[in-house]
Amino acid sequence: MTVDRTPLLDLYRCMVRIRSFEEHAHKAFLKGGMPGFLHLYSGEEAIAAGVMAVLDDEDYVVTSHRGHGHLLARGGDPNRMFAELYGRVDGYCKGKGGSMHIADMAHGMLGANGIVGAAVNIGTGAAFAAKYRGEKKVSVSFFGDGSTNRGTFHEALNLAAIWELPAIYVCENNLYGVANYQSDHMKLRDVADRAAAYGFPGVVVDGNDVLAVRETAAEAVERARAGGGPTLIECKTWRHWGHFIGDMAKYRDPAEHEAWLKRDPIPAFAAVLLDRGAATEAELQTIQAEADAEMDAAVEFGRQSPFPDKSELTTDVYVGDRA
Amino acid sequence: MRTLNYMQALAEALILEMRRDPNIYIAGEDVGKFGGSFGVTGPVFKEFGPERVLDTPISETAIIGHAVGAAAAGLRPVVEILFMDFLPIASDELYNQAAKIHYMFGGQMSCPIVVRTAIGAGIGAAAHHSQSLEALVCHIPGLKTIAPATPADAKGLLISAIRDDNPVVFLEHKMLYASKGEVPEGDYTIPIGKADVKREGADVTLICYSAMVRQCLAAAEDLAKDDISAEVLDLRTLIPLDKEAILASVAKTGRVVVVHEACLTGGFGGEVAAIIADEGFGSLRAPIKRVAGPDTPVPFSPALESEFIVSAEKIKTAVRTLF
Repeated sequence: MTVDRTPLLDLYRCMVRIRSFEEHAHKAFLKGGMPGFLHLYSGEEAIAAGVMAVLDDEDYVVTSHRGHGHLLARGGDPNRMFAELYGRVDGYCKGKGGSMHIADMAHGMLGANGIVGAAVNIGTGAAFAAKYRGEKKVSVSFFGDGSTNRGTFHEALNLAAIWELPAIYVCENNLYGVANYQSDHMKLRDVADRAAAYGFPGVVVDGNDVLAVRETAAEAVERARAGGGPTLIECKTWRHWGHFIGDMAKYRDPAEHEAWLKRDPIPAFAAVLLDRGAATEAELQTIQAEADAEMDAAVEFGRQSPFPDKSELTTDVYVGDRA
Repeated sequence: MRTLNYMQALAEALILEMRRDPNIYIAGEDVGKFGGSFGVTGPVFKEFGPERVLDTPISETAIIGHAVGAAAAGLRPVVEILFMDFLPIASDELYNQAAKIHYMFGGQMSCPIVVRTAIGAGIGAAAHHSQSLEALVCHIPGLKTIAPATPADAKGLLISAIRDDNPVVFLEHKMLYASKGEVPEGDYTIPIGKADVKREGADVTLICYSAMVRQCLAAAEDLAKDDISAEVLDLRTLIPLDKEAILASVAKTGRVVVVHEACLTGGFGGEVAAIIADEGFGSLRAPIKRVAGPDTPVPFSPALESEFIVSAEKIKTAVRTLF
């Protein structure tokens, strides 16, 4: 049997690069010189990798405060990402946004966002733009379980439903809204059940199984492109770290944490690749080594990039203010 | 020249712009089939239909929030928030998203949306349908705020607002909708950020905007009988503010009364007064006076509501204290 290994290895590489980026960001942050705070995506890589694998270049993506993984999976440049994290001029936002506002129009990435749940409304609007112009683009919004308790979630999904928009809502349910366990912030077991309130499909998928995520996302994207309207995809997952670097996550049950770490999406997918004969140990090690080397260089690039000129403080407030 | 009312002038601006640019669409509560709660969008719907004049659910955060995403994806939404009292419901979408996207993403994205909304007391609509909340909007960098007083200004400024690449909050006073005035035919713009002398005078400057222009003109008419020559300066645009026009008029008259319907404390008049104190102090022959609404909610009873609204009488009383 001949299997095209390339897409599978691409998925693996994507996840490994995200993990490596986050580990490098973590270390760099603790070392100092990186302002603000960072929300790491480690543990949730299968979601970004699986969803982005089925998108076209012209599609739109909007994300949350935990957005590094989405930008990388979308084709973002780690050099410019680290420069942004360091607040430097070569960053995606010239250092004006930082980790929580990282954005890349060239990849249809309409931004990470500091307001929990804001991506849901913005993604809905991008989906509207696609439909309004008669384009076949879709828009994917990423958000956590906590944000689905916000009123904006309801308003956006209801609007997408009645306008039959090509919008895909991906809930990365890592079971915590900051320190608040899911059962303490909603009565539902599955966020996906909320889709019933809007009259479109809600699907639960193992967010640590990249192939399952990819398959589920592919169905939703295909339906959206065909004019079938929105889908809510709930990806069950776990963040390996606290809400942000510095949050020791003492509110979590250590046994539950350990159990989830055993379901780490990267080794799990490595096992699948080896089992199917789609990769050798050596190949996987090479992917890891390449990612680590790439991120070593990216951290250095970011650290070496100059700070923005002080005049940047007052430019870009309005379009046209750059004399 | 032909005469139109304020409402017709606004509708004409919308129609002309939508003929010119297919990326412009209208969305809001009952803007379509119902024709707009104040009737502005009725003629627009008639020409462009439901594809470009979209009824939304009662979902203010989705109305402005989706517009942010649609604008980021290249459309030019003109959305309606029925009463300005409802605008704070969508504070995140306006203040944190629309206003900041250009800056926080380092100039990569712009947000060319117009939010049309009705302000002001006078129709017995009480505390939740009568406020003038422009000061809340003016405090947020990244937004522009326009408050026209005449049909001709309404048309020319709405066309400018739609063509502006920044988010614009466009304030329509509900007591002005039926007011009539000469309106030029066809396509013309009035520059954003330019005040207009509505009546020339030599002894005192009445600085005002929106419906208060009428009260100031009435006061000036009466004051003329007492040999006080009052200049009426209609700001038209609050952000960006035409400081030069303010300072030029104060330099000419040496006396100033700043008038607005909104509550006094934290009102936009305080900003105008501060600018004059900072940069025009040398011209002053008397203290700067502010005439504004009391620091109360807008009351229901006609006896109380008419007391809330700044009258020509109150303006005249303030002017007389300066001589």
